[in-house]
Amino acid sequence: MSVLVNKNTKVLVQGFTGKNGTFHSEQAIAYGTQVVGGVTPGKGGSTHLNLPVFNTMKEAVRETQADASVIYVPAPFVLDSIVEAVDAGIKLIVTITEGVPTLDMLKAKRYIEQTGGVRLIGPNCPGIITPGECKIGIMPGHIHQPGKIGIVSRSGTLTYEAVAQTTAAGLGQSTCIGIGGDPIPGTSHIDALELFQNDPQTEAIIMIGEIGGTAEEEAAEYAKAHVTKPIVGYIAGVTAPKGKRMGHAGAIISGGKGTAEEKFAAFEKAGIRYTRSPAELGSTMVALLKEKGML
Amino acid sequence: MNLHEYQAKELLAKYGLPVQQGILATNGEEAAAAFDQMGGKFAVIKAQVHAGGRGKAGGVKVVKSREEAADVANGLIGKNLITYQTDANGQPVNSVLVCEDMYPVQRELYLGAVVDRSSRRVTFMASTEGGVEIEEVAHNTPEKILKVTVDPLVGLLPFQARDVAFALGLEGKQINEFVKLMTGAYQAFVENDFALFEINPLAIRGDGSLACVDAKIGIDSNALYRLPAVAALRDKSQENERELKASEFDLNYVALEGNIGCMVNGAGLAMATMDIIKLKGGQPANFLDVGGGATKERVIEAFKLILADPSVKGVLINIFGGIVRCDMIAEAIIAAVKEVNVTVPVVVRLEGNNAELGAKLLDESGLQLISAQGLNDAAEKIVAQLAAV
Repeated sequence: MSVLVNKNTKVLVQGFTGKNGTFHSEQAIAYGTQVVGGVTPGKGGSTHLNLPVFNTMKEAVRETQADASVIYVPAPFVLDSIVEAVDAGIKLIVTITEGVPTLDMLKAKRYIEQTGGVRLIGPNCPGIITPGECKIGIMPGHIHQPGKIGIVSRSGTLTYEAVAQTTAAGLGQSTCIGIGGDPIPGTSHIDALELFQNDPQTEAIIMIGEIGGTAEEEAAEYAKAHVTKPIVGYIAGVTAPKGKRMGHAGAIISGGKGTAEEKFAAFEKAGIRYTRSPAELGSTMVALLKEKGML
Repeated sequence: MNLHEYQAKELLAKYGLPVQQGILATNGEEAAAAFDQMGGKFAVIKAQVHAGGRGKAGGVKVVKSREEAADVANGLIGKNLITYQTDANGQPVNSVLVCEDMYPVQRELYLGAVVDRSSRRVTFMASTEGGVEIEEVAHNTPEKILKVTVDPLVGLLPFQARDVAFALGLEGKQINEFVKLMTGAYQAFVENDFALFEINPLAIRGDGSLACVDAKIGIDSNALYRLPAVAALRDKSQENERELKASEFDLNYVALEGNIGCMVNGAGLAMATMDIIKLKGGQPANFLDVGGGATKERVIEAFKLILADPSVKGVLINIFGGIVRCDMIAEAIIAAVKEVNVTVPVVVRLEGNNAELGAKLLDESGLQLISAQGLNDAAEKIVAQLAAV
């Protein structure tokens, strides 16, 4: 059944007529995603990519009954866009934009928790895809294959590696959730694990993390207690030096905490199968499934 | 983005925090004049660098005359200070802070704040164990660290600051002083998008009043666009030259200590590429995220950055083209190699649309460009290339 998005999901694009919004909406539409329109304040009433443009999210939701949105607006306006989407009744908000101030995301998360019933993914993420049904984000659709592996990852292109490897192994993916590289993501590894555990189509999970913070350690503990499906874990950044931000805002080892080794140790402690090689995500999953008699 | 101690103190003073007095000096003469102005028998000269551990490295000295102040300042300024927190080259000292000598003090406390990822809240940490590395305290005596979580709806409330003040053993007038200090710090934190804030030590002077002896502030780089006054405080002399150059071209670059240069699209994949090089026995020379657009111009700048490091003996390019076609990326790489006149071996692994065509173009380019399929092949090939030299 997949998680969060499927062929019935109706998507509005916030920042619809901008460069990124336009390009990625074209790709999404070509993939088969139900993009129903978008919002660019001031351009309401016009058409873009043969779809309606609205001035506000309230109007857009009223006219299209969309239940999801994707945000391509520049970083300074992301908090505004998220809250506007929540107020308009959107239940799934995917924020692709990179460079959002951390304190803005702190407020966004606080607002969403207070509202309840809304899922936020990102920011600084590639998005979410249920292969064959719905692609919300910037990932290349063609490397995906409908299948049985749920993938959750902080990274974009590293996720594509996992996708390519599981496609090559004939396993396919149920849903891939890119939670993004920022310190306060809308959806955590734990949130994704819970969704995958409860999804009949997902038979096993690949969890990709990186240095910085303790999300993977917390996820490992959670998995031990609540996840029965097989998990393969991987952490990027064994060679990352301390104190340096490695691209992603959240990828920084500070105060000695958040190293890759600590995260691998957490996997070990929780009994989660892991690999130290990004080239072996698919093969490690195949081996694990065979051991469990699931392949 | 980091601030110097003197900048952090100035900023915090604006929010009502009591800071150790100090005058900035950029040469020996200014240091001597500052010594006179401070008016005490002693003064403390502190090197202004973006790194901790200055004391142990000789970057903090007590002086007892204007001549000594000038000598110490001249001895520090214009040289690099190497501390346990810097790399082997250290950081350049361009100024010193001539501070009042406030010791002996009654006690040294610790006060810091970060955005805690687990709770997703600004979280303060306070401890009676000031003047030492907080990580050690966290490791050895974690019960001595008090934590206060702030709800963004109401901010840091006085009762929370009082809780901490009483727990730290403060009394009488000190309680209100501390409340003013801590609530002021929270205001500063949220109005200036701090990522990190630390007062260590927060001293109780002989007369019982509080003073921030050292102040460390890190600003969320994502927020600099809305903090023009803070952004202007950036000191590029404290940053790695190549990393600086990279950011001018919108490339993310971090120097490491190996000899295999890396050029990858995506931070996670870039880290994973460094990791797999190491797994195959090689040493990555850098992290470089070439980002979403592997155009000829960006690849040229990326090559220049990587090759500016004299220890680089080979380069691994790993691009997982999402939407951009691999044959176009291959053409960009070929053009860049020609323009930059790259002479070290380059292994290129392209994945995505038209990957085979891209590999074919590389193989037929007549240049020392070796195509690879998959991460294992790519890492093994570049390590082998270096071993063959």
